[in-house]
Amino acid sequence: MYKILTKRTLGPGIREYVIEAPDIARVGKAGQFIVLRLHEKGERIPLTIVNVDPETGGVTLVIQEVGKSTREMGEQFHEGDSILDFAGPLGEATEIENYGTVVCVGGGVGIAPLYPIVRALKAAGNTVIGIIGYRSRDLMFYEEEFASSCDELIIMTNDGSYGKQGFVSDPLKQILESGRKIDRVWSIGPAIMMKVCADITRPFAVPTIVSLNSVMIDGTGMCGGCRVNVGGVAKFACVDGPEFDGHQVDFDLLMLRQGYYHDEESCSMDAYMAKQAEGVEK
Amino acid sequence: MIHAKQTPMREQPAAERVHNFNEVPLGYSPDEAVQEAERCLQCPHEPCVKGCPVGIDIPKFIEHVKNREFGQAISVIKTDNSLPAVCGRVCPQENQCQGVCTLAGRFEPVAIGRLERFCADWEAENETRYANIEPDTGKRIAVIGAGPAGLTVAGEMRRRGHSVTIFELLHVAGGVLMYGIPEFRLPKHIVQREISALCEMGVEVKVNKVIGRTQTVQDLLDGDYDSVFIGTGAGLPRFLGVPGESLNGVFSANEFLTRTNLMKAYRFPEYDTPIKVGKRVVTVGGGNVAMDSSRTALRLGAKESFIVYRRSEDELPARGEEVHHAKEEGIQFQLLTNPIEFIGENGNLRAIRCIKMELGEPDDSGRRRPVPIEGSEFEIEAETVVIAIGNGPHPLIPQSTPNLDLNRWGSIVADPETGLTSIPGVYAGGDIVTGAATVIEAMGAGKRAAVAMHAFLAEK
Repeated sequence: MYKILTKRTLGPGIREYVIEAPDIARVGKAGQFIVLRLHEKGERIPLTIVNVDPETGGVTLVIQEVGKSTREMGEQFHEGDSILDFAGPLGEATEIENYGTVVCVGGGVGIAPLYPIVRALKAAGNTVIGIIGYRSRDLMFYEEEFASSCDELIIMTNDGSYGKQGFVSDPLKQILESGRKIDRVWSIGPAIMMKVCADITRPFAVPTIVSLNSVMIDGTGMCGGCRVNVGGVAKFACVDGPEFDGHQVDFDLLMLRQGYYHDEESCSMDAYMAKQAEGVEK
Repeated sequence: MIHAKQTPMREQPAAERVHNFNEVPLGYSPDEAVQEAERCLQCPHEPCVKGCPVGIDIPKFIEHVKNREFGQAISVIKTDNSLPAVCGRVCPQENQCQGVCTLAGRFEPVAIGRLERFCADWEAENETRYANIEPDTGKRIAVIGAGPAGLTVAGEMRRRGHSVTIFELLHVAGGVLMYGIPEFRLPKHIVQREISALCEMGVEVKVNKVIGRTQTVQDLLDGDYDSVFIGTGAGLPRFLGVPGESLNGVFSANEFLTRTNLMKAYRFPEYDTPIKVGKRVVTVGGGNVAMDSSRTALRLGAKESFIVYRRSEDELPARGEEVHHAKEEGIQFQLLTNPIEFIGENGNLRAIRCIKMELGEPDDSGRRRPVPIEGSEFEIEAETVVIAIGNGPHPLIPQSTPNLDLNRWGSIVADPETGLTSIPGVYAGGDIVTGAATVIEAMGAGKRAAVAMHAFLAEK
């Protein structure tokens, strides 16, 4: 069992957890992920590491309640509770170097795993331009964290309720078109956002790293469910990634594969909601 | 007067069992076991013992069964085999102990596997017999991977008085016995029963441990452990490398079986992990994993389940009993056939383009090489395909252990007699060394490694 050291609500349906897992906290790096399972009937959920603290043994994660399991976690698992299984660190760490000037683009809950990369890049001596985007102001989190780690920070909201109105890809494009020398781009968020960012940077030949969250079971190279097409070759996101060269990724295929269990996810959510309603009636 | 035929074992009827995940063969009653035991000739030269990868004293345990001394029978088995309930169910006995039985040929061989299973199940229902444990030696060993090889090493080393810790990557111990072999062939509570018995002997099992990341093999040797055994298996699924293989509906057998067995997707949505199965399912491959996948597909609701295999029936690598059960259940065998393309519609699999094969000259394996027949392409419509053409070595330990010698397939190089690797004090066995093989061969490797590790620790 792995204890929940702290739980913080960052916005509607967005929670930050710190889970006690000292051996992972000792060695986990930016870009890597863990797999957790809430209880005996739970699924294995891969989540990218947001922070590790070797002192307290805490591993920080941010979840967005999009499916049954994340919703159950957010609603039912509180500070002081324990979750059944927690394994990692899995996947390859981000390649951190002093590249020069880098742009780190994050969208939605993808902003959370981008944060440790931003910090590591800054610590390595890069000039870091952050672009983070949310659907609207009430879903914002980690603004201060990014502001204190980035040399420049641009905040976008789709509805214009905070920062500039538009998508994260808009300022990315402007920066590149301005002729400013950008040495590398990270883009983490929904698949469609990563695809658009990669399409923007391609003509400028700026290396662009994306972090793929494909469907997986074990997270250790055994199921092959997470396979993605990168440069025409099938790669496993869990062991070959999760970070890949965004210019080589077949995002359309990734999105098709991400949607394969859509009906089952709805069914699972309905069953959970019905069970909750039943509990309330009692 | 010896009965020519084996005492039959009752089974769930095929028409019924394709709709559930309950075990197919139902086991012997004590009377049936005694009746079968009476067929044993007690040959002095004991060919069966030589045919057993872990060398169980088969005539001796069968003699006990014949005398209704079931407790003594299981004690004899457990002297050489830490997982009898598993082996009695999944060993390919026809190629091992039963294949060399003196009765075989003229009559049916003694049903040794069924008797082993009977003894193990009898023990579970009656009294637990523990292996004798030697006094504590003060030595500590680490076992990486809780599959058949690792569990065997753990049991053998604990018996010799060493302290044993198993590190398992997944959330339960058992390896392929838990994620791979289906419930209807090897009920998971039986696997857990065998593992509990090891824990009761004092073996410590730590799950969710990613050795190679949180600690390396060298860290274990530099830290608390005097010796390390690597039994991390062949977990990396192979794909065919043909167009369309990333379409939705194309699974590796590992994924298909792991979702179903380990994550219990057949009980979705009670369990959170889903699985999708079309009306027509094609499994590519001819081994036990292919049989397991095709039979699992029926139980998950497929109307038709096909095996596509590139050689002929004679070359099917699966156990005879598995092929027999599959046929009984209505699995359709499309032999001398190979997929060349997966055809999709909106990202989902719709059909498999295949080509007919014929057998040519023998290849390196001594089997006749399948050769495509030009112009014989045809399509099989299917919404689901399961690729069961084998697995490569699990990469985590090989990649994270710099001094470990590997062969050209990435498997660990280990002495076949001792399991010793290129690193002193580090042993390996099972599929991580041999490539995908059988449960009992992995257990045999574990047993030999334990003998060598024990000798190494005595000198240390």
